[in-house]
Amino acid sequence: MTNPPHRFALLQRLLHWLMAACIFAMLFIGVGMVSTVTPKYLALVLIHKTLGLVLLALVLIRLALRLYYGAPPLPADLPKVMKLGARLSHQMLYALMIVMPLLGLGMLWAADYPIVLYGGVQIPALLPRSDGMHTLLWNAHVYLGFAFFALALLHLAAGLFHALIRRDGVFETIAPLPLLDRTTPAE
Amino acid sequence: MNQPGKLPRSGLGSLVLIAALLGGVAAAFAYTAGWLSPGRLTPERMIEALTPPSGAPLGHRRNHAKGICFTGVFEANGNGVELSKANVLAQGRYPAMGRFNLGTADPNAVDATVRVRGMGLLISTADGEEWRTAMINLPVFPVSTPQAFHEMLLASASKDPEAVKAFASANPEFAAFAAWAKTAPWTDSYAEEAYNSLNSFIFTDANGSDHAVRWSLLPSAQPILISQADLDKRGPDFLEQEIKERVWAAGPQTWTLVITVADPGDPTADPSKAWPKGRRTVQVGTLVVHRIEPERDGPCRDINFDPTVLPPGIRVSDDPFPAARSSVYRKSYDLRAAEAKDYPRTEGGKP
Ligand code: HEM
Ligand code: HEM
Ligand code: HEM
Repeated sequence: MTNPPHRFALLQRLLHWLMAACIFAMLFIGVGMVSTVTPKYLALVLIHKTLGLVLLALVLIRLALRLYYGAPPLPADLPKVMKLGARLSHQMLYALMIVMPLLGLGMLWAADYPIVLYGGVQIPALLPRSDGMHTLLWNAHVYLGFAFFALALLHLAAGLFHALIRRDGVFETIAPLPLLDRTTPAE
Repeated sequence: MNQPGKLPRSGLGSLVLIAALLGGVAAAFAYTAGWLSPGRLTPERMIEALTPPSGAPLGHRRNHAKGICFTGVFEANGNGVELSKANVLAQGRYPAMGRFNLGTADPNAVDATVRVRGMGLLISTADGEEWRTAMINLPVFPVSTPQAFHEMLLASASKDPEAVKAFASANPEFAAFAAWAKTAPWTDSYAEEAYNSLNSFIFTDANGSDHAVRWSLLPSAQPILISQADLDKRGPDFLEQEIKERVWAAGPQTWTLVITVADPGDPTADPSKAWPKGRRTVQVGTLVVHRIEPERDGPCRDINFDPTVLPPGIRVSDDPFPAARSSVYRKSYDLRAAEAKDYPRTEGGKP
């Protein structure tokens, strides 16, 4: 782009925060549901599957917006390693947002378990039954789930580091409302 | 904006704030996952309590571990339509698949030592709807709640001879099961058993009215009663041999699916309480078992007969068991699927 934006487009910012809240919810629901035998188990699983697939749709929209609008550049004075870290961690977050719901689906398909979402929506199976495949996808969903949580925490810490300590305007590029945007680096 | 590379005065405070926030989120996550609650009844703890002292039945179901697959059809007569709009109750023939099994965590148990016999059943319709159920031959369940089931398992595994007595006096509903286990007659065939849902479910008809129900599969074969001592002489796996030979020699075996409808006020949340005699029943169809296959390579092997997999028109009630079972069966499935190498298929068996 000849004229890079100095913050993410409104739709990108809104999606970022909506999805951030939902992904933290997904991670908490995930570990909460697998550790209970109370009746709320069924409701939590239903929410987990439904919200997980809504998030899959949203991340695709988000990627399209990212390709269309691009992203504001990081501050020029940010050390190279931090820039690299930011880039890699964002790519990993995108990858996890895509891969996690697919693993969830695949795991249930391989177990020959019908996928019925909120409102009775049925998702047809695209994988044959296979215990080996189920085990692979199940392990990946569980361990990548924990990796996702760790990375999201790190990302949260980095975001706050920019907002509170470096105060370099990076947080403002994604802040939901322009009102909060008092210290853009361009000023 | 700050000077690059120089922390503002509030830097330390901000760092503490960030660390505290991270720690708080991580702690909340650990709490949600149950890592800080050793007392929470998790699926893992339920499975631990099911595990016999000799060790987990690797590759096998963590309960009802011994069993044999069957395939057949469910012939719905259409009478169920007044109770539920589920497609599987509309008149027609629907593919059925299932598993006869014994209520034990030991896949090598001697048949004559296991009191509880069960059936897992999956009926599907062409539009992809499925009705899965796992039923047993008990008239009522031994306990009222999943927690009590867990305590029952702990008590029966306990070395303390008083543990079961203490459990029984704290859970008076257990007496009915104890009496049944002592006095009920044995049969010498899976084909002669009745299989009961015990749990209550809600049927919704086309007008949107709800009906609380339980169901039973009643055998067409006449039960032939036999003493436990005589059973013992029949060999450790005679139930599987018998059903295989019976279907081969005498042809398909059938059961009538009977729905019992609760009156208002009948206990739906407690499977240890029978509903009073004389409740309305509706015969909705016939299960026809055509073919028996060993579990090792059979179609029922990698199926989870999760009782909460229900078609539109059937849903769970206030009975807490189906949800608990769903959670524990999932965990049992995850474990046994991952242990397939401990229960290898025969050469040529498809995964
Ligand atoms: C699990 C939840 C979250 C996910 C999956 C997530 C994901 C992402 C991704 C993929 C980007 C890169 C955007 C792009 O370059 O296209 C990003 C940017 C950003 N996120 Fe998050 N985020 C989450 C939560 C948070 C939270 C809680 C904060 C709070 C501090 C935050 C602060 C930021 C900031 C400041 C940026 C801008 C970075 C830049 O300008 O390059 N994020 N987020
Ligand atoms: C953003 C998307 C998702 C995230 C972050 C996520 C996260 C998680 C987490 C953290 C767990 C708990 C793992 C454990 O502690 O054992 C879990 C379990 C599970 N998830 Fe997801 N999930 C996502 C999407 C989905 C989807 C779309 C489905 C299905 C359609 C799904 C199905 C499941 C199932 C069935 C389990 C239980 C696994 C088992 O133990 O058998 N997930 N998920
Ligand atoms: C909280 C109470 C219960 C627990 C913890 C429990 C546990 C289990 C477990 C772990 C399995 C193996 C599942 C698998 O790997 O697929 C199983 C199977 C089975 N259970 Fe239960 N169960 C409970 C209540 C019941 C009740 C109320 C019934 C009957 C009304 C029942 C009937 C069966 C049957 C028939 C099977 C065998 C299904 C098959 O062939 O796959 N269980 N149970």
